[in-house]
Amino acid sequence: MSKSTDTIDELVKQEYKYGFYTDIETESAPPGLNEDVIRLISHKKKEPEWLLEWRLKAYRHWLTMPTPEWPMVNYPEIDYQDITYYVAPGSTSDGPKSIDDVDPKLLETYDKLGIPLHERDRLLGVAVDAVFDSVSVGTTFKKELGEKGVIFCSFSEAVQEHPELVRKYLGSVVPQTDNFYAALNSAVFTDGSFCYIPKGVRCPMELSTYFRINAAKSGQFERTLIIADEGSHVSYLEGCTAPMRDENQLHAAVVELIAMDNAEIKYSTVQNWYPGDENGVGGIYNFVTKRGICRGVNSKISWTQVETGSAITWKYPGVILQGDNSVGEFYSVALTNNCQQADTGTKMIHIGKNTRSTIISKGISAGRGQNSYRGLVKVLKNATNARNYSQCDSLLIGDKCGAHTFPYIEVKNTSTQVEHEASTSKVGEDQIFYCAQRAIAAEDAVKMIVNGYCKEVFKQLPMEFAVEAQNLLSVSLEGSVG
Amino acid sequence: MTQPILTIKNLSAGVEGREILKGINLTIRPGEVHAVMGPNGSGKSTLASILAGRDGYHITGGEVVYCGQDLLELEAEDRAREGVFLAFQYPVEIPGVNSTYFLKAAYNEIRKHRGQPEFDAVEFLKFVRERMKILEVPEDFLKRPVNHGFSGGEKKRNEIFQMAVLDPKLAILDETDSGLDIDALQIVATGVNRLKRPDNAQLVITHYQRLLNFIVPDYVHVLVDGRIVRTGGKELALELEENGYESIVHGGAVPA
Ligand SMILES: Nc1ncnc2c1ncn2[C@@H]1O[C@H](COP(=O)(O)OP(=O)(O)OP(=O)(O)O)[C@@H](O)[C@H]1O
Ligand SMILES: [Mg+2]
Repeated sequence: MSKSTDTIDELVKQEYKYGFYTDIETESAPPGLNEDVIRLISHKKKEPEWLLEWRLKAYRHWLTMPTPEWPMVNYPEIDYQDITYYVAPGSTSDGPKSIDDVDPKLLETYDKLGIPLHERDRLLGVAVDAVFDSVSVGTTFKKELGEKGVIFCSFSEAVQEHPELVRKYLGSVVPQTDNFYAALNSAVFTDGSFCYIPKGVRCPMELSTYFRINAAKSGQFERTLIIADEGSHVSYLEGCTAPMRDENQLHAAVVELIAMDNAEIKYSTVQNWYPGDENGVGGIYNFVTKRGICRGVNSKISWTQVETGSAITWKYPGVILQGDNSVGEFYSVALTNNCQQADTGTKMIHIGKNTRSTIISKGISAGRGQNSYRGLVKVLKNATNARNYSQCDSLLIGDKCGAHTFPYIEVKNTSTQVEHEASTSKVGEDQIFYCAQRAIAAEDAVKMIVNGYCKEVFKQLPMEFAVEAQNLLSVSLEGSVG
Repeated sequence: MTQPILTIKNLSAGVEGREILKGINLTIRPGEVHAVMGPNGSGKSTLASILAGRDGYHITGGEVVYCGQDLLELEAEDRAREGVFLAFQYPVEIPGVNSTYFLKAAYNEIRKHRGQPEFDAVEFLKFVRERMKILEVPEDFLKRPVNHGFSGGEKKRNEIFQMAVLDPKLAILDETDSGLDIDALQIVATGVNRLKRPDNAQLVITHYQRLLNFIVPDYVHVLVDGRIVRTGGKELALELEENGYESIVHGGAVPA
């Protein structure tokens, strides 16, 4: 093996920065899944009867469903009776009143994660809903948003304060019975964020939710619902971290986005769940269903995701393009290093006329990582003049990793234009030597090359987060080649 | 006499199971321009690569001293930081990486190595604009990704532009002239000449005497089958042009 490969081989392992655990008193349900646990969750959340019934319906359906076998990922069977479905930091079980009431230990945790919640050092221009294990511990800038009529709160709070909106839209994009993990989520979801942008309002700041798994042996099942009413605009970002543990933990979320006439939703994810160690021990199973619907004419939904964490990632954020002239976008960077596995992509369903979708996927495989792009572009019969452009690139670092592409195209309308481009490239020794000859060491060269490769996606992220995503990618690449 | 910039003594090297360089001797002093000519596959690029520190070659004998230190001991990036520059025969593309960003990173590595403070974006841009004048490079070279989508000639010109920015002590130009049109050749050669100083040196690999009309060498070396079979002044290039390598190989010439 040549020297430059060795150099990359030896790059310092940087520890997962967010792997700490907060020792805090919790209140939790007994492990295991049955109707009583679901009733308990619903009761804890003081939910209306219809919601409990909704959960139970999902649960009963879930019992009949097989685990999906089709993704290109391998993992031992999950024992759903071994998971704790409800864990709340003791002090917040009734839901926080305001940030001032939040346990200082929790505030400290979010400080350490770089997401200060206190009034004085909050991130400027970003409202944060902080979800810790099963509950939201607080939401910032509520008052400021309220003045514009924007509702941004925890899901539990929305159930209490805006039940009519929740009832109207919950499950309207991802039905309870949609798929195995969505059904599981629908049965046991505990919290998440809710967001409603009224007609004609441009949300004055970025909205974001920060998900943190803390407790051991627990799963996180959150639910996010975003509704952009006619002519409104919102940009939303989610971030996630978890402690380092030897056992795998399950995260099965559902995100639903609804865009009415002329509305626009931009949803960005920087996913940095604990990926497991270099031998594949531990890490989060990230099995997520994300879907948006462009209900109205000229509406737009754009997904941007930077997936660097998790032992296994399984997610296909999609857009149903129902309104005429609506636009769906998917920009993705998915990195798998060490033993990480990712099977991710998107679904673009063209229903309305003149609907357009763009898919830019950048997979990066390093170490023994396995990375699959799986995408569906479906054009229904009445979708005259639908257009899709897909570009799926794979970058390999080293020779023990793998990249796979599974594009599915179903077109039922003859006026459709679908363009698909794919490429696979390797971070070459040539490139690394070229950089070295220009005084740039291998480690920096790999980061530079990979960041260059991801540029099209990063430029879709809000400025502050683009920088964070770049740093994250650099950290995730440490020790990348084997 | 001043210390040489480069001294190659009896250097033998190759790849697994195959010797490519078979005892090279070469001394380059400050202020000198050396040309290396030789048939395809004779080992010219191999020599350049080994000097620049590319992996994958086995050194089987000899030594290389650069400004008083053992060059072969240094990592490629450290050689670059110490002032060794290679203009590649085949410059490498780095898609998505902005040329200015790349050059700034490179230049700041060198500044750090020299114990100088790094340039910020504004300082660097000012500096780089100065250097651009030497080569008459189009402004868009700065904005485009490194070599990505460049024509063959543009890539070569970009190499010399990088040389102008990084200001090396020893510049090795591997067939920089091939692929350049006549005007570009003149611009590049003029640039290279302007970068020449009494305290640096240039090693120019070429197949064509034409380049040497513009970049006038102090010495011409003929490399055949891994050995320097003849060394002479600039007139040797003319002789080669006229008679080809055959006459030198079979003409019983004494190795330098
Ligand atoms: N990594 C390698 N593996 C195998 N053979 C190699 C390698 N590098 C160089 N060679 C061989 O060594 C010989 C010298 O190659 P080199 O590229 O140095 O020639 P050159 O003099 O630069 O030729 P040209 O004028 O065509 O550029 C060639 O026969 C080449 O095939
Ligand atoms: Mg060559």
